[in-house]
Amino acid sequence: MAVERLLKDEATEEKGDRARMASFIGAMAIADLVKTTLGPKGMDKILQSTGRGRNVTVTNDGATILKALHIDNPAAKVLVDISKVQDDEVGDGTTSVVVLAGELLREAEKLVNSKIHPMTIIAGYRMAAECARNALLEKAMDNKQDPEKFKSDLLNIAMTTLSSKILSQDKEYFAKLAVDAVLRLKGSTNLEAIQILKKPGGSLKDSFLDEGFILDKKIGIGQPKRIENAKILVANTAMDTDKVKIYGARVRVDSMTKVAEIEAAEKQKMREKVQKIIAHGINCFVNRQLIYNFPEELFADAGILAIEHADFDGIERLALVTGGEIASTFDNPESVKLGHCKLIEEIMIGEDRLIHFSGCEMGQACTIVLRGASQHVLDEAERSLHDALCVLTQTVNDSRVLLGGGWPEMVMAKEVDELARRTPGKKSHAIEAFSRALQAIPTIIADNAGLDSADLISQLRAEHHKERSTSGIDVISGGVGDMEKLGISESFKVKQAVLLSATEAAEMILRVDEIITCAPRKREDRM
Amino acid sequence: MALAFDEFGRPFIILKEQEQKTRVRGLDAQRANISAGRAVARILRTSLGPKGMDKMLQSPDGDVIITNDGATILEQMDVDNQIAKLMVELSRSQDYEIGDGTTGVVVMAGALLEQAEKLLERGIHPIRIAEGYEMASRIAFEHLERISQKFEFSATDIEPLVQTCMTTLSSKIVNRCKCMLAEIAVKAVLAVADLDRKDVNLDLIKVEGKVGGKLEDTELIYGIVVDKDMSHPQMPKRIENAKIAILTCPFEPPKPKTKHKVDIDTVEKFQTLRQQEQQYFDDMVQKCKDVGATLVICQWGFDDEANHLLMHRNLPAVRWVGGVELELIAIATGGRIVPRFQELTPEKLGKAGLVREKSFGTTKDRMLYIEQCANSRAVTIFIRGGNKMMIEETKRSLHDALCVARNLIRNNSIVYGGGSAEISCSIAVDAAADRYPGVEQYAIRSFAEALDSIPLALAENSGLQPINTLTAVKSQQVKENNPFCGIDCNDVGTNDMKEQNVFETLIGKQQQILLATQVVKMILKIDDVIAPSDY
Repeated sequence: MAVERLLKDEATEEKGDRARMASFIGAMAIADLVKTTLGPKGMDKILQSTGRGRNVTVTNDGATILKALHIDNPAAKVLVDISKVQDDEVGDGTTSVVVLAGELLREAEKLVNSKIHPMTIIAGYRMAAECARNALLEKAMDNKQDPEKFKSDLLNIAMTTLSSKILSQDKEYFAKLAVDAVLRLKGSTNLEAIQILKKPGGSLKDSFLDEGFILDKKIGIGQPKRIENAKILVANTAMDTDKVKIYGARVRVDSMTKVAEIEAAEKQKMREKVQKIIAHGINCFVNRQLIYNFPEELFADAGILAIEHADFDGIERLALVTGGEIASTFDNPESVKLGHCKLIEEIMIGEDRLIHFSGCEMGQACTIVLRGASQHVLDEAERSLHDALCVLTQTVNDSRVLLGGGWPEMVMAKEVDELARRTPGKKSHAIEAFSRALQAIPTIIADNAGLDSADLISQLRAEHHKERSTSGIDVISGGVGDMEKLGISESFKVKQAVLLSATEAAEMILRVDEIITCAPRKREDRM
Repeated sequence: MALAFDEFGRPFIILKEQEQKTRVRGLDAQRANISAGRAVARILRTSLGPKGMDKMLQSPDGDVIITNDGATILEQMDVDNQIAKLMVELSRSQDYEIGDGTTGVVVMAGALLEQAEKLLERGIHPIRIAEGYEMASRIAFEHLERISQKFEFSATDIEPLVQTCMTTLSSKIVNRCKCMLAEIAVKAVLAVADLDRKDVNLDLIKVEGKVGGKLEDTELIYGIVVDKDMSHPQMPKRIENAKIAILTCPFEPPKPKTKHKVDIDTVEKFQTLRQQEQQYFDDMVQKCKDVGATLVICQWGFDDEANHLLMHRNLPAVRWVGGVELELIAIATGGRIVPRFQELTPEKLGKAGLVREKSFGTTKDRMLYIEQCANSRAVTIFIRGGNKMMIEETKRSLHDALCVARNLIRNNSIVYGGGSAEISCSIAVDAAADRYPGVEQYAIRSFAEALDSIPLALAENSGLQPINTLTAVKSQQVKENNPFCGIDCNDVGTNDMKEQNVFETLIGKQQQILLATQVVKMILKIDDVIAPSDY
């Protein structure tokens, strides 16, 4: 008698080999998709959103590409997820992590086809990952003690990161920009303090790092355009109609005169509030909320610069930069900390007028103004710069550095290969496969650059057999080069995260022997 | 569908809309039910044991769950069949009661059903089968008690507990660092356990996860971690010797529950109202300050004026903290939850040695750690991992481990794992069968065979020859009279589970057998299934 239907309509179930195949194929498809963006000669992708406006994004960033995809395959979702986590955690290597996981699964598929149990493969992969990590730990360099060298490390890392992005033309310039910005943070990972401002127009080369703080706002009419030795009060308070907050309060009047009286009282209230604010002895007032005409006029009369409707991040950053506190009540002027800066002035970038705060008390924050031909270029430049900044802040905290250009992969592959030779049993096949997957990354970098990958990799392997080799792929000259001389470095933390999360994800997918998909929730037809 | 006719040959309508229902009855009904139950068991069978595989489940909204936990798989499976739903219930009740062994119970029930089908084919009445199963389960239950061992542990010697938790964790994806996680689980349980009453309130253990980092970074915090940050960006990020006011009233103007209106019709009223409003905020903050609080944790939001006042008076505050977390904080810090500002007194404040904010990763992710609490009876396990699914699965695995540790504290009897307990029971049941006269003897013998299915599945999943291995182990048990021989899943070289340190709790095993028998009895007793046919 046939088994009755167990699951609901439209729910599907895939078992054993079929399930495994479905997840392998899904994961590899995702890896292949982003594979071509890897490396300095990687290509970009155009993404068009399905939403209104059909916005177009041009990008090279793995996480951005994957985030935009609508994926149905559950295994592919796992890969998208690891790339997202990589982005949140270290900021860079989002493509590498997916490609490595994909390669690990591709190798695993071959092993499964030759009748090796997935659990054996997992056991092998685990040993290999551990060994690879130890190899990295051993080879990592730490230049924390030597500030000069450390700075050049940072510069190299930034350049390596940027070289695969749209900024590669001006990578030296931007690398310096990013390093300067990050060094100002003095070890904190709070990227909030670095503001990136995008203004279309000009060329990428016109971008600059500003030591002060730039607020994308206009100065009110009739107010001073330039203030020296500014005392700034940063506030978050209602400056429109200061409504009564007690619940259920409402105004009920029975004659016109009373309306007028109350209006006058209201005005008086606002005037008092403004007076209180002015009593702080300030000459600049920045509010998060709107400032209506009436108080604005009062401020203008008192010669105070009033800036309204700064967004929340702007306020927080401004408070951080100037050392003031965000105030909402104004009854004790003597104890409120005011912000200070040497000079506030209106500056022009392109066609826009912006407010520039310079000579701030706390030197931590800074602004990077990006210029570029179009919005797409700017968006991509921002993403690239964000990646570089993330990597740099992580490196500042964990100052271990590796060489780039496929060097770490070859180092790991060599160690893993040796482990495979020492390990008895079927596991050694899996360990060997792991090493092949590692070598796939330099292969892809070479392929993307249009080089003869088979030749290059074999050369590289031979090079690495010597002790303390520093060779990697030199994409520019198209051969094997000395990475140390070329100054191509990568952060240890990024590489380690790539290795660990890719292995974890591959292991997770390998363990699955059944996929059960529930019936998709019916959506109301709103389209 | 069979119809009844009255004396004039007209059909009786017995069921409402009879034509639209499908009906299976008699032996067919039992067969259909059994096959549905077995189908569910078959899905879970491959997840059993340390080498068991995972299942990938996609929810109706497209979220992906990868898990090895029987209860979770079944819960997410979108099951439609009535009998299959019974099996889902079965695994759920094992989950509620014991917390572990949710896969095993379903596999066991499936095996019992399979055996029952064979007996039905021989023409044995289902009720007799059910009775036989009942007797057999009682034998197995008692036998388990006999082969169980007490094992001693104390608050200082936690090694045995850790070993047991490791057995549970070894079947999950986290087995890479099972040692560490088992230790965390045991320490957490011991921290909240009431050893005199032999009870553990698992609600006091909060399991919090955050993606990023690696599994090895998972830590046990003797305190509370809240996924919130300070209400004002410029409040201090680190408070030592904090006195915490735990409030469930918002820093907002009062909102009486009765409907009311405040009419403003003169200028004076307008002004007094305004002053009152300011006064009100001032009072609230002052009251907190007066009792000596150095940190305010509030369930609700703050008005921005109040927020600034708090900041101004140097009183750090956290807002929008969930009710459950609030309770935990209250327990941990020994404070009281205060519903009104008027009722704040110094005695009601909670105390914590250190409160600090910690940020993660490159995005603005911050969490609040409350540590060195006055009463360390509430702990948090903070899980890190490469991706979301990993964290979710770790949470589930840890939950299982916590349950096991709790069960051991309640009752410190254990049996050995690796299928050894099942094999031993099977031998005992088989031997006892001959003593029962009547048809039940067959059912009891079948029960013994069904017990074998768990070690069989274990061996199969571990890539061993199932029948070869099982028979070898069984004969060894009889020959050496050693009930601790089991399946050597990890290829360690010995199949004495005592040496391998593979334990399971006695109550867990007993519960498995009882629950599985109960459900199977229930399924066997059904001889008529009526369902609307248009599904």
